[in-house]
Amino acid sequence: MTALLEVEDLRVAYGKIEAVKGISFSVEAGQVVTLIGTNGAGKTTTLRTLSGLLKPSAGRIVFDGKPLGSVPAHKIVALGLAHSPEGRHIFPRLTIAENLQLGAFLRSDKAGIERDIQRAYELFPILGERSKQAAGTLSGGEQQMLAMGRALMSQPKLLMLDEPSMGLSPIMMQKIMSTITELKAQGTTILLVEQNAQAALSLADQGHVMEVGHIVLSGTGRDLLVDESVRKAYLGED
Amino acid sequence: MNELPQQLANGLALGALYGLIAIGYTMVYGIVQLINFAHGEIFMIGGFGALTIYIWLPSGVSLLVAIPLMIIGGAIASVAVATAAERFAYRPLRGAPRLAPLITAIGLSIALQQIVWGFYPDAKKHKSFPEFSGDAFKITDDLLIQRADAFVLVLAPLCMLALGFFVSKSRSGRAMQATAQDPDTAKLMGVNTDRIIVMAFAIGAAFAAVAAVAYGLDKGQINFEMGFILGLKAFTAAVLGGIGNIYGAMVGGVVLGLAESLSIAYIEEIPGMHQLGGGAWSNVWAFVLLIVVLLVRPQGLLGERVADRA
Repeated sequence: MTALLEVEDLRVAYGKIEAVKGISFSVEAGQVVTLIGTNGAGKTTTLRTLSGLLKPSAGRIVFDGKPLGSVPAHKIVALGLAHSPEGRHIFPRLTIAENLQLGAFLRSDKAGIERDIQRAYELFPILGERSKQAAGTLSGGEQQMLAMGRALMSQPKLLMLDEPSMGLSPIMMQKIMSTITELKAQGTTILLVEQNAQAALSLADQGHVMEVGHIVLSGTGRDLLVDESVRKAYLGED
Repeated sequence: MNELPQQLANGLALGALYGLIAIGYTMVYGIVQLINFAHGEIFMIGGFGALTIYIWLPSGVSLLVAIPLMIIGGAIASVAVATAAERFAYRPLRGAPRLAPLITAIGLSIALQQIVWGFYPDAKKHKSFPEFSGDAFKITDDLLIQRADAFVLVLAPLCMLALGFFVSKSRSGRAMQATAQDPDTAKLMGVNTDRIIVMAFAIGAAFAAVAAVAYGLDKGQINFEMGFILGLKAFTAAVLGGIGNIYGAMVGGVVLGLAESLSIAYIEEIPGMHQLGGGAWSNVWAFVLLIVVLLVRPQGLLGERVADRA
């Protein structure tokens, strides 16, 4: 079986500075795959390239059988690749309901969109209670829920989550992580970039450790969790 | 005779005209953070487009028939020039330092004036524009509304209503708000932001064409230089109202129009400068008002009613 997402020797540069220096990995349908690593390792750059916001300088991206290298960003979501960006980036002056509708921008099945909005409200009840409120008035954790709900509105084949727990309180972080576990149980394919390596690796099928633009270590989530060097570098143990 | 109602009506009509032009500045700024200083010339070209249609029409045709056609013709001309400017002058500079598109806009403004001056038949002189015949509407003894003023007073609110509805209710309008707030994330939703930017330029240009027809009908003439001062005033109106906010553009226009008309009427003499009383000072008061607002409320009058920004 070929993978849903196949990344081969991907390189991305900002001007002369190469941020991603030839990485390869794949995501199978139904899997949760995580990229972990310190700031500046190239994780966010990788996701932004997959969703077309950045252009690769070399390498191949094949998603669902189609090469993505030169597809413009606004056409990628139509192929089934949704991206919940780092820092949440909800539309602050639109309401919660309008944010969710924008997530379904390319869909035309009104009834289906309405049903999925209700599903998002079930997943995150707070969004339903505040549906008419400007999204900018939500707390950080609530905004993260909205960003994830919005990404799900496109009915993606692959959901990319960039640092969903960043800047959240421990309780909120737990809530977000348990939602990801729930989505996984429902069969959603997820590519997760996370600074909270412990949480990410415990729910991932496959993990990759990135350092300054390279993947330095790969394995199942469980293997990486007990790996000596990972424990030292990312789980705060010595 | 009480002068006030008449001055208020004059100010409103002038302000509605400024507001219609100001929409173009504010929409483009709201989406690409560019001050399109060539927008005054887009307005002027709308006027020449409308005049061209009028010249093509058989003589003696009723203005009721001619005006809608002139608005369409003016809008075709202004939208064509504005979208071409976006495509060939501004888009290549996206991501360049902010000064580059600004200087391009000023250059484009001069170029467009010179092109009309050089190539439109006889444009070196003022071109006469059709005028309403018939009397002004007499509302009370103290208040006469000229037909040209009535035209802009009816059309401007209609245009604003249509735009407000489009931006807040339609799918493209929502995509436009998303692009204004966060262009990269809008792309992630599947919004073709290039198309939205073109749309913002086009809507601003169409509104400018409506304004140009109103202006021509009022003055009875248009000329290749008219976009300069009117563009500057409309830009002032946009900043006054809170640039980026479509309702702010209209509010800013009306405040500016009223300030001008009332200052002409009531500030007759500046001590020691009595040779310059009245009308000569209207531009001064307009820009004084701008400076005061920028000092007291730099975000503009509606700069914080952010829910409506587009």
